[in-house]
Amino acid sequence: MSLESIPLSYYLILSAILFGIGLAGVLLRKNAVTILLSVEIMLNAANLNLVAFSRYITPAAASGQIFALFVMAIAAAEVAVGLALVLTIYRNVKSVNLDEFNLFKW
Amino acid sequence: MVDALAPFVTTVTPWIGHVMSLILLLPVASFLILVVFGKKMGERSSYVAISAVAASFLLSIIAVLFVMGGGRAELSFTWLSVGDFHPTFGLLLDPLSAMMLIVVTLVSMLVQIFSVGYMHGDKRIGWFFACLSMFTASMLLVVYSPNFAETYIAWEGVGVFSYLLIGFWFEKRSASQAAKKAFMVTRVGDLGFAIGLILLYVVAGTLDMNKIFGMDLQAPLAALIAILIFCGAVGKSAQFPLHVWLPDAMEGPTPVSALIHAATMVAAGVYLVARSYPLFEMGPVSLEVVAIIGTITAFIAASIALTATDIKRVLAYSTVSQLGYMMMGLGVGAFAAGMFHLFTHAFFKALLFLGAGSVIHAVHSQEIHDMGGLGPRMKITSLTFIIGGLALAGVPPFSGFWSKDEILLGAYTSGHTAIFWVGILTALLTAFYTFRLIFIVFFGKPRGHHVDHVHESPPVMSVPLIILGTLALVAGMVGSPYLGHFFQVFITNSHEVEHANMFVMGLSIAVAITGIFAAWLKYGTRLLPSGVISKDNPIYKLLVNKYYFDELYYYVLIKPTHAIAKYVLSFDQKIIDGAVNGVAWVSTKVGSGLRQIQTGYVQNYALYMLAGLIVLIIWSFKILGVY
Repeated sequence: MSLESIPLSYYLILSAILFGIGLAGVLLRKNAVTILLSVEIMLNAANLNLVAFSRYITPAAASGQIFALFVMAIAAAEVAVGLALVLTIYRNVKSVNLDEFNLFKW
Repeated sequence: MVDALAPFVTTVTPWIGHVMSLILLLPVASFLILVVFGKKMGERSSYVAISAVAASFLLSIIAVLFVMGGGRAELSFTWLSVGDFHPTFGLLLDPLSAMMLIVVTLVSMLVQIFSVGYMHGDKRIGWFFACLSMFTASMLLVVYSPNFAETYIAWEGVGVFSYLLIGFWFEKRSASQAAKKAFMVTRVGDLGFAIGLILLYVVAGTLDMNKIFGMDLQAPLAALIAILIFCGAVGKSAQFPLHVWLPDAMEGPTPVSALIHAATMVAAGVYLVARSYPLFEMGPVSLEVVAIIGTITAFIAASIALTATDIKRVLAYSTVSQLGYMMMGLGVGAFAAGMFHLFTHAFFKALLFLGAGSVIHAVHSQEIHDMGGLGPRMKITSLTFIIGGLALAGVPPFSGFWSKDEILLGAYTSGHTAIFWVGILTALLTAFYTFRLIFIVFFGKPRGHHVDHVHESPPVMSVPLIILGTLALVAGMVGSPYLGHFFQVFITNSHEVEHANMFVMGLSIAVAITGIFAAWLKYGTRLLPSGVISKDNPIYKLLVNKYYFDELYYYVLIKPTHAIAKYVLSFDQKIIDGAVNGVAWVSTKVGSGLRQIQTGYVQNYALYMLAGLIVLIIWSFKILGVY
């Protein structure tokens, strides 16, 4: 049983489920760290999509895989910035609960 | 462009062009220096202003000698160039402008020297001299201008600086009111002037005086344009019915009054008529209008001066009256006589005003009934003042006699009999009110509490008086038969002069002497009881109230204007402001509704983004026709 015996749609469905979980986490969880983790899940769902498409549709060119590597690098940077922000906010508000970060409110 | 801007001199060697520009530019430079450094320089500002105007005066003498030698010069450059429209600016030097250059710079110089003493200690003295400089410069530009557009600009410059100078002591409400009145009343005349110029441009296609005077305009059209231009002169030269601003302008410092009344501003109107004389001649009806307005002005102002009790106001009305004479002279065709009167009047009126300034400086009052017996205490002032008075009254051989006599002669020989007799009557009134002033102020017993410690003014004030006194004595000679009517020949460039008429001359001497004698009887000897004219006499009341002109303007113009303004204000407040407030109210309400969206929760914004993204995806699918 090789990897090719699994149809492309399976990968896509898995990716969609992961993306949905991540999105739900971003929209529904109150903890800022959890939200950052959820964003990571979404990014990895997208990565899975890219790799699967690359493998199945244009196997000769590895462009999808390379794209995924870029996304990981950027995700790492983004997490670094995101966590720094969360830390700074925590120092000011003594909380990582997003409901308490409402300075933008009218 | 460079070519168009480069000034060029026509018909003359370049040096006279430099002289002409310097005469104008020196006072401008003084103005610029004093605007920047005047505050820091304080009293020393006067050195800058006086040296500038003195240099201008010396250069003016050169210019006059040049013109006497038969020279004429015009300096001109293109002001701007738009399509077919190429207005030029320039400086014109001919006998008329040369004569005015001398008068303006000389009187301005003496007035500024006098101001050093009179304005001593004033906290805005730098600004004062700056204004005097620019006022002089504006007047010089009026004099120089060979082009109506340029004249108009310079004319307004004169208006602005007279406004600033009359209202120089603006802390005093009456002074700021007087400045506004002067500016607005002259604006009324300027409106006519502007319409006249627009009409002239439409008709002639140019505002260049030389080209216009060479044209052959139809008489009625020329008369209409000339009368509209004359409206401007009526405003500036304080002619009936716009004479009301000038007596109020006495609120300004006395040297300013002297300058405004003698050589600048009021002379500008007379000069404008003289400068546009060929245009007036194309429509002879306009000259009749000038003559009649001038005659009415001369008489009305002289009669008001009979009852005025403020020393400066008496002189102000006498200025209005003398300007009327000048207009009368121009109107009846005695062109040279009118200009000659402008020339002599500039000196003796500047003298009288500066003399009055010297008196006010000593007595600290302008009411003639606070004065009296000043003669022995202020010898130079009173002597020079009496010389000025004799010149004003028209007693030979003082300067005013020669010029006034020429005007009356002109009216007589041109067949304007009514104008001639009113002129004679006015001369009688002039002699009377002038010597009423002199007898009350300088003779008799001292009145008022200041008189005891009155003393003569410092030399910086009395020397200009002596110079002007000499001029008031001899300036008339240049136009007298003894010197072959030199002035008239110079101005008109022709040797056809009116020959003295013994009847006119004798009559004019007789009325002057009669007027002085009557004033002596009434105010000098006290032979006549003081109650000859009762305070209830209707004529007396009419004169004291200045023919009710101010009241008339108040009820006919100012009150209706206020009423209209009130009505318009309510429209503004209710409709215009209502609309603006309505727009603001709607914006506020919409805003306070929409701001509910801004919850401040980051996740809400993420949700909106998601919703937007979904909408975009569905929409793009629809466009691509995926399903």
